[in-house]
Amino acid sequence: MRAEPTRHDAHAGRAIGSLPPPSLTLQQGLWLLAAAGVTLAPHAGYLPWWIIAACASLLGWRAWLLWQRRQPPHRLLLLLLTLACGVAVRQTYGHFFGKDPGVALLALLLCLKLLEIRRSRDVRAAVLLCFFLQMAVFFEDQSPPVALAALSGTWLAVVALLALADPTAAHREQMRTAALLLAQGLPFMLMLFLLFPRVQGPLWGLPADAASARSGLSDTMSPGSISDLIASPDIAFRVEFSGSPPEPSARYWRGPVFTRFDGRTWRAERPLEASTPFYTPSGRRFDYRITLEPHDQRWLLALDFPGAGADAGVGPVRFTSFAQALLARPLQNRSRFDLSSWPDTTTGLQDAQATLAAALALPDGVNPRSRDLARQLAAGAGSDAVILERVLAYLRSSRLTYTLKPPLLGHDSVDEFLFDVRRGFCEHFASAFTVLMRAAGVPARVVAGYQGGEINPIDGHLVVRQSDAHAWAEVWLAGRGWVRVDPTALAAPQRIEAGLAAALPEGEALPLMMRQDLGWLRSLRHRWEALANAWDQRVLGYNPEKQRELLARLGFREVDWPQLVAMMSGAGLSLLGILMAWASWQRRTRDPLERSWQTFCNRLARAGHPRAPWEGPRDYGRRLAAALPRQADELLRLTELYGRLRYGAAADRAEIRALNRQIRKFELQ
Amino acid sequence: MPSATLPLASTLRRTVRPLLDRWLFRLARPEPSPILLHQRRIYVLPTSAGLGLAAALLAMLIASINYSLSLGYGLTFLIAGIGVASIIHAFRNLFCLSVSAGRCEPAFCGESARFVFQVANLRSSRRPALRLRARGGETAFDLAAADVTSVELACLATRRGWLRAGRTTLETTWPLGLIRAWSVFIPDLACIVYPQPEPTPPPLPLGAAEGGNGRRLANTGDEDFHGLRPYRDSDSPRHVAWKALARGAPLLTKQYAGQRGEDVVLDWHTLPATLGDEERLSRLAAWLLAAERAGHRYGLELPSARIDAGHGEPHLHRCLRALALYRTTDTPLAGSTQDAR
Repeated sequence: MRAEPTRHDAHAGRAIGSLPPPSLTLQQGLWLLAAAGVTLAPHAGYLPWWIIAACASLLGWRAWLLWQRRQPPHRLLLLLLTLACGVAVRQTYGHFFGKDPGVALLALLLCLKLLEIRRSRDVRAAVLLCFFLQMAVFFEDQSPPVALAALSGTWLAVVALLALADPTAAHREQMRTAALLLAQGLPFMLMLFLLFPRVQGPLWGLPADAASARSGLSDTMSPGSISDLIASPDIAFRVEFSGSPPEPSARYWRGPVFTRFDGRTWRAERPLEASTPFYTPSGRRFDYRITLEPHDQRWLLALDFPGAGADAGVGPVRFTSFAQALLARPLQNRSRFDLSSWPDTTTGLQDAQATLAAALALPDGVNPRSRDLARQLAAGAGSDAVILERVLAYLRSSRLTYTLKPPLLGHDSVDEFLFDVRRGFCEHFASAFTVLMRAAGVPARVVAGYQGGEINPIDGHLVVRQSDAHAWAEVWLAGRGWVRVDPTALAAPQRIEAGLAAALPEGEALPLMMRQDLGWLRSLRHRWEALANAWDQRVLGYNPEKQRELLARLGFREVDWPQLVAMMSGAGLSLLGILMAWASWQRRTRDPLERSWQTFCNRLARAGHPRAPWEGPRDYGRRLAAALPRQADELLRLTELYGRLRYGAAADRAEIRALNRQIRKFELQ
Repeated sequence: MPSATLPLASTLRRTVRPLLDRWLFRLARPEPSPILLHQRRIYVLPTSAGLGLAAALLAMLIASINYSLSLGYGLTFLIAGIGVASIIHAFRNLFCLSVSAGRCEPAFCGESARFVFQVANLRSSRRPALRLRARGGETAFDLAAADVTSVELACLATRRGWLRAGRTTLETTWPLGLIRAWSVFIPDLACIVYPQPEPTPPPLPLGAAEGGNGRRLANTGDEDFHGLRPYRDSDSPRHVAWKALARGAPLLTKQYAGQRGEDVVLDWHTLPATLGDEERLSRLAAWLLAAERAGHRYGLELPSARIDAGHGEPHLHRCLRALALYRTTDTPLAGSTQDAR
């Protein structure tokens, strides 16, 4: 307990609150530093190295000052440091406006603010900066560990505020109060999270750097572009089939379709777009829900061949003359789509002559040996199908090696691959095959996308990673339309059936996660990814559509904004009511001795003998005895007993209960 | 009086506050102790820090919507929920506190009047970071679990007469400084303020009738040690029992017997005509203290009252009180809420 007069000068009444500490106490400083540290840690992967170094040294400096109980550095020095940081950020990013320089500035400001703290207002400003930075990390990563870091950061920030308001309390008490506040805040969070009217962002145009550099397929393909992708264990998309999934050899997920070739690089042309497919779906049908990671491209990576797509809030699904499913806009957020595909569909039967002519074009003067070979193979062939057979037979017999590390190729990339190095990855196979077919006069094109995928045994979802990226070819045959040919399968049939790891030759280094021998690691990853998937679907994927579904399941259909706001207010008020009940609950937990004495006094007050506030039990007893002589003995005994129990040496419970009983039995006559 | 030179906010506050006091807080007259802070007496409003946080949360919400950050929504709502919970905690920190008016020692004008309140915590948990404010004075204190503590509130006494504690606020911004919970009441507590003693008064008008040997008498009065009594603010440092203090005793004042000193009558009417009323009171106060210190028997003659010669502390206080209340009409329990400022 402490009670000290603070000020009593004439101006004291003006400044409310904020007892000015000369600087931070050790306790306050440590909590703040911990909050800042936990807040900044998840940013370490996304900020330039010098900002991380600067933040770490500023925090270290602050900790040292705190430890040495020194005053914060001079204002001027801090001002210079701030200016230097601003200039450095400008140098690094070239501008101040935008997400990345903004986050960098916030991180530096937080560290500088901690050094500057002189008043309680500075502490609050630092805590606000912590909250902003906890939020900013979600631009990059919203995984469960980051959420956990934000939660602990919030808790630490709350402890820091508590240490500011009540510097005398013990650590343990501060931590408990903060945890209590957090626990009481959680129901509000849950309620608001579920009921707050969700709108699909963005509210206005996103800044250019809203989406960070994403890995994934690009809209050009040259030797090496897909094998670069293979090293990444990142998930490209997840698929949940409503029935059984198609067999591995039918799992071709269609991305860009390349039709123009300059001898080295394949490029995509702009296909025709329509709201319905250019073909009639037929054969087996697979219904699935695909959850795409943002790749900043328009393709939907649907299973060949998509027939119908659900509008998923990002605009209707478009279909192209290259049998692709496209989005209206490049994909910036993780999104889900309900799609159906018919793998046995025939496509391109009615393709225009211009399309087929474009699928025959080859640049002049490049890859001469391949063109000669194609002409030989095509000589005397009765139909395109025969040419196809011959080309496939040639490739099968030429014993090309499938490898993750193909040698670099020069100008005539196809010639070098087929005749010199004879080692290549899927893009080499697809490219070489397509060039041969075109040179032989058969329309052909390259398709990039993903092939295969792995079923996660924990939740049964098919996970397709960047390492499943693949390129294959299509040839156009009269009466059969575009026919998929996967030349990689000729050299490495396991690639299609069992995935990349099985297809590579012995001794070739694999990315860690693809190693077959580390079974426990893979199983751990399966579990983690199943959890992450549930998190993505339930928490991160909670959007306007899901909100509607949830409300419909609760029995509220067609809920509009005012209704949602009313529901929110109702739920909020009930939660508040529960908290109020908790806050008022103390009354009943009073001391039993005090309670029975109160009962006694109340009863006598009703009889016209109230106890004066200053009267002790003994005096009161004497006065009562004088006023009510008939019961004098009993009154004296009761008041005496109470006095002894209250003020005497430790009273035991039995005696208190006895007094309680006597008071209950006592009746005025 | 609001004047044109006052800033608008101050003017507004002066106009609005009495209305609020009457209609919202229902303040009218001093309340008998104990004052129990029940639910309807506790008010909560955000502090400037709370408003700042609300603005920050709004910005975070807009960012979450614009960038479709699910966890952004979550974090924003969690912090908002913590803010709401802190309202309840702030309320709970004051809820069911019981405030009783304690005593108040007399003070001289220009010094601090020290109001003492007894604040009782009936709950078995701690109540941190409470503040009691009245008349520009402010005291911060904590309350231990199930405890009663005396809180002393020092306010500057600027006018002689009764100084009432008046509009008193018990407030807290615990736990997070975002919300201020407060309760206003007028305790039944007043302090009597004596006139400020003249700093350098002329010597006591000793033996004005008999011809002055007062100096000698005063000296003898000073020399005969009589006993010790607790130190008071008005005592001269020369009379403090420093030796006793060094031995660990509290601050004591040596008293000297001057009973053989002559009677002195401090008469309002014999003061120079050039002095105004307050100056006369000031001089009389200084003389009363000097006479008491010197050990004379002294009496007081005012236009409105006459106090016969006497000696000792109760007598001194009776005289000073007569000075304090000279031509004032107020009583300690007048129930006025007028602000002295």
